Amino acid sequence: MASYASTSASRRIVRMASFVTSSVSVLIRGGRGYHLWVLALIVVIANGVFAYREQLVHGLITTGMRDPVSWGFYIGNFAYLVGVAAAAVVLVIPAYLYSWKPIKEIVLFGEILAISAIIMCILFVTVDVGRPERIWHMMPIVGKPNFPYSLLVWDIFVLSSYFLLNYSVVTYLLYKGYSGRQYSQRLVLALVFLSIPFAIGIHTVTAFLFMGVKSRSFWHTAILAPRFLASAFCSGPALMVIVFQVVRRASGMPISDAALRKIGELLAYAMAVNLFLLGAEVFTEFYARTAHTVHADVAWFGGHGIWITPFLSWGALLCNSLAFVVFLVPSLRSRLPLLTAACALAAMGVYAEKGPGLLLPGMSPDMRGEFFAYQPSWIELSVGAGIWAFGALLFTAMSRIAIAIDQGVISHATVVGSDPSALGDSS
Amino acid sequence: MSRSNDAKDPRERRTSRRGFLKGAGAGLATLAAAPSQVSAFDFESFFQKHFRELSPAEIDEYLERLARKLREQTGKDVQMRATGPVDGVVFGYGLDVSRCIGCRRCVYACVEENNQSRDPQIQWIRVLEFERERVTRGFDLEDGDAYYDREMAPAEGKVYLPISCQHCEDSPCTNVCPTGATWTEPDGIVVIDYDWCIGCRYCMAACPYGARIFNWGEPNLPAEDVNPDMHVLGNRPRTRGVVEKCSFCIQRVRDGRYPACLEACPVGARKFGNLLDPDSEIRYLLEHKRTFVLKPELKTRPKFFYFYG
Repeated sequence: MASYASTSASRRIVRMASFVTSSVSVLIRGGRGYHLWVLALIVVIANGVFAYREQLVHGLITTGMRDPVSWGFYIGNFAYLVGVAAAAVVLVIPAYLYSWKPIKEIVLFGEILAISAIIMCILFVTVDVGRPERIWHMMPIVGKPNFPYSLLVWDIFVLSSYFLLNYSVVTYLLYKGYSGRQYSQRLVLALVFLSIPFAIGIHTVTAFLFMGVKSRSFWHTAILAPRFLASAFCSGPALMVIVFQVVRRASGMPISDAALRKIGELLAYAMAVNLFLLGAEVFTEFYARTAHTVHADVAWFGGHGIWITPFLSWGALLCNSLAFVVFLVPSLRSRLPLLTAACALAAMGVYAEKGPGLLLPGMSPDMRGEFFAYQPSWIELSVGAGIWAFGALLFTAMSRIAIAIDQGVISHATVVGSDPSALGDSS
Repeated sequence: MSRSNDAKDPRERRTSRRGFLKGAGAGLATLAAAPSQVSAFDFESFFQKHFRELSPAEIDEYLERLARKLREQTGKDVQMRATGPVDGVVFGYGLDVSRCIGCRRCVYACVEENNQSRDPQIQWIRVLEFERERVTRGFDLEDGDAYYDREMAPAEGKVYLPISCQHCEDSPCTNVCPTGATWTEPDGIVVIDYDWCIGCRYCMAACPYGARIFNWGEPNLPAEDVNPDMHVLGNRPRTRGVVEKCSFCIQRVRDGRYPACLEACPVGARKFGNLLDPDSEIRYLLEHKRTFVLKPELKTRPKFFYFYG
């Protein structure tokens, strides 16, 4: 009687603590395959940390970047992953419209993918900065953000908002599931629908970051934002198709083949738009040649010792076209292994096209006409692989907890049931 | 002109080898005392406020701290100043491309005056060599060669175009900077606060003239080569991981002197002065010479003018 409020508060704390400990136990327990996978990721992360240490000690001179190509592999990965983060959540729209059965799962895994991708985005920007200890200079209050002029400040704002939104939804859904309580559908739906304009926003702002550079004609094109969105609608859902199958195999979660095929159909539309926009860009550059076409020349034909950009451009075109054929033809996309392969091709194609494939031609030749054959160094590649592995580890961990809760493997009830007195919840 | 990761201009390699021998002769102690070694973490510089938010008293304290550290490291009588702009002055630069002989004396005078790193070699001025025939169609920068042999210059049938920061009136670099670490002073000079720059290099992506140079590695400046006459927003030694560029020799021009590149030019191709003074030489030249600016279509309105004919 003394304090009903305090007991309910203490109960809540106990429940939260048990939520954390059960989640940790889910991460520790697991089969041989799971442990090997996690071990492999940790090795790649450790290698990345070691490489980053080298970079911190000697400076960015350890990368392949130099003054003519002052952004490279890191910023290319950043641009790609913003797209992944955006599109994973946008998949909610068709899921809702077509009222696919496991809509909660689609939302959940989409948002988990988005959270992992945003963390990777932030890491890629951080490792690219020459003075990481000064990043607070761009924060409000403590620093001096150049708002509203710098698109980089806008990008940080929308990315962190988007992260908070997704993070809240995921933890809320999981915690409610863990507590065995019904989540508020209205709240979740409101937050998810709020995160959709933010998803479009993060990618548009990232496109604007490049489009606003008037001196780099390869980026300074109004078609870039639509292209970014179109390609994100390819890579995000493509990755989701792969992720859903892994999740389904690992957990037996009821994700229907029909839903996957439906995503394949949507991918046909997205890839059609993406290829169309690419065609429009290529036509403008090469039919009406101007001084600016030199960058498109570098993108498609290289020269001056540059071979990476044509490799990326033609590789992307090949991957995306093949994937498009599979997405388009119903008899092909209904074969799940084929659909999965096409999804992998689309994810790779978009990576090549809008990651390094967009960035590097914009910087070659440089603003004083110099052609510099940039190649990422081993340090860059190791740091990048480390960040990807970290993202994969985050995704694995969050999905594992989500699956365990969803299937009732862990819940507050089971913990309480096992030893009620220990938790002081018996009264 | 193409260049791979490790290809270097033979001329540059020669200079850096000479610099190395000189350094070795003077003993490794000088190299160890190079001012560039200040990049190690220290709390005072970590919590340093943005330059434009410092009070006059804080500026004095800041300058004294910077100077003291550099005096210890170089053994030279370093004078660190923060001389401000003067009302009614906006600086402008003029360069007569028909006079330039491509000797690159301006480049090396700039390096010495502005305490650029000798290894890795940093240069704020880049001189491009063009075939005269091709220039009849205008300067297409991709036709230029920055790695020509200056011993052969001026070569028959060649034209030279030096490029450095254009100090644009509408400068893309200052717009994109996420931290406001670079800005345009009232006298038109685009400056950088080296203690506020985070090294994101967005300004380098935005600059249409490739004028901004990044400290990819630890800058090395032998103590005996240090120019002790310093401006806090100009030629004080930089640290690793920040961007730098031409400041019109802010440490000189705000004291009524000419930029070092102008004084080094043997043919008088370089002119400098106050654009707001109708009687200045630069105004006379702008009114009587045929003039162009680089990349006028971008509307950056450079304050660096080229004369020709």
